[in-house]
Amino acid sequence: MTGVAIAQLEKRYRSHGYDEIVALENVDVTIEHGSFVTIVGPSGCGKSTLLRILAGTLERTSGQVLINGRSVNGPTREMGVVFQSPVLLPWRSVLANVTVPAEIQGMEKKAAVQRARALLATVGLSGFEDRYPAELSGGMAQRAGICRALVHQPDFLLMDEPFGALDAMTRETMNLELLRIWREQGITVVLVTHSIPEAVFLADRVIVMTPRPGRIAEILPVELPRPRTLAMFNTPEFGRHVTAIRRHFSTEAELD
Amino acid sequence: MDGSISARAHSVTIKPEKTARRVRSASLKENGLVAPILFVILMATWEVAVRVLEIPAIVLPPPSSVAMALVREVMSPSFLYHFGVTFTEIVAGFAAGAVLGIVLGVAIGQSEFLERVVYPYVVAFQTVPKVAIAPIIVIWFGYGLSSKVVITATIVFFPLLANTIAGLRSAPRDQIEMLRAHTANDWQVFHMVRLPHALPYIFAGLDIAIVLAVIGAVVGEFVGARAGLGFLILQKNFTFDMAGSFAILIVLSLIGVGLHGIIVTVQRRLLFWTSVNDRGRIATF
Ligand SMILES: Nc1ncnc2c1ncn2[C@@H]1O[C@H](COP(=O)(O)OP(=O)(O)O)[C@@H](O)[C@H]1O
Ligand SMILES: [Mg+2]
Repeated sequence: MTGVAIAQLEKRYRSHGYDEIVALENVDVTIEHGSFVTIVGPSGCGKSTLLRILAGTLERTSGQVLINGRSVNGPTREMGVVFQSPVLLPWRSVLANVTVPAEIQGMEKKAAVQRARALLATVGLSGFEDRYPAELSGGMAQRAGICRALVHQPDFLLMDEPFGALDAMTRETMNLELLRIWREQGITVVLVTHSIPEAVFLADRVIVMTPRPGRIAEILPVELPRPRTLAMFNTPEFGRHVTAIRRHFSTEAELD
Repeated sequence: MDGSISARAHSVTIKPEKTARRVRSASLKENGLVAPILFVILMATWEVAVRVLEIPAIVLPPPSSVAMALVREVMSPSFLYHFGVTFTEIVAGFAAGAVLGIVLGVAIGQSEFLERVVYPYVVAFQTVPKVAIAPIIVIWFGYGLSSKVVITATIVFFPLLANTIAGLRSAPRDQIEMLRAHTANDWQVFHMVRLPHALPYIFAGLDIAIVLAVIGAVVGEFVGARAGLGFLILQKNFTFDMAGSFAILIVLSLIGVGLHGIIVTVQRRLLFWTSVNDRGRIATF
């Protein structure tokens, strides 16, 4: 059985001296293989916590998390992870940054470099292979970060607010690029964002989360045709989805 | 320096931005002219002052006699031997202390257990003035080269230990998490992220230690030796040859400056990704 199955997931952070923080409670969701799921909600509702548990870098307190049918207990090769900042290593060239997961996992070097070059080409970074991260713009660096998360041919791409630090124009371009990559690579994407329009634009289904304690308020199927185009942002259909999500939050200000 | 015993807490500080910027803004042209002019003015003032005030040569020799003494010393047949002895003590002690400091620093930086068990002793040892134990070391290791190497190594050891630990700890969490998420093990996290971050700290440590190494070797020779530049200084003092003493001091400081230059050059080439500001990291003790 492929995909993700989460049942009765709970995560409490124990901080010494204070009460426990319930970061996640009663989280139940399944994510089908090959789908694009976004998680949206205000700061502190447990989005990053959920993604870290999926990535295997954080232990859950209780509940079940199955990835391709196996219970998660640590990071696995099926995962590619993209963070809010690109987290490139400044002493490595762009190419050498992209091949990091392949190196870690002992992929054959030639194959890894070939795949890295191909990925860089699909995001328009051909010719930048030998540059260093300091020479890249924010958008270019995040593109390299996405290539890195894909180089070892993972089944899942986990993204934590990957475009949060980019300007609006770059962000739109990156959204379109990401949809294209998703189509081409046939992977499952789980993307965290706190932009409701972005969540709707990208997703097959939007997981709406509310804080204190972090819970899933709704899982909203997005009924917009694919491929998605920027023009869809202005359709009434799109607006209906956005409104449906927004009503979970008492004020707009709560979503930062 | 805050006088605290916890060496890690203040082992590494970053030079204020201002200093770094001033260094950068001083163009080559300015540096190239100002330094020699200042040097000439300084020397001339010194020369004139000594002559006009009729300061005796045993108190302060004029630069002209220091220069002549320098030529005389360097030309003397035994100079190369004494130079070689001290140079060997410095380099061997420096290398031994640096390797020990870095290796133990890596071990402590990787293991919480070692840090709890070993580090307090290391800090306690550091509070002992090395100059004060130099006589003991000379008794243990004799009047030859080895006692000087040991004294130098004990002085060099700590800055490298402290900076290696601090450097390994300085690796940002997000870079480590990125590696872990892609299934990196401890060794991969160490060599892919922790070590590269430790390098600027290690080089700052080396840079400080090289100066300390010169001091270590000379102190060792003062305590008891039959050869070396420190031994020569003692001899000159004995015969009230102040110009000769000054000449040897110049040789010693040239050794320090030269070795410092080598370290800075290697650092620039190896740590190309660090900004000028990052390179300003210094350790304080
Ligand atoms: N390491 C931690 N220790 C204690 N509390 C944490 C830790 N990480 C996150 N939290 C808390 O858990 C809650 C969810 O955090 P997070 O998953 O980062 O939310 P989000 O990504 O949606 O902003 C917050 O209240 C946060 O303060
Ligand atoms: Mg977050």
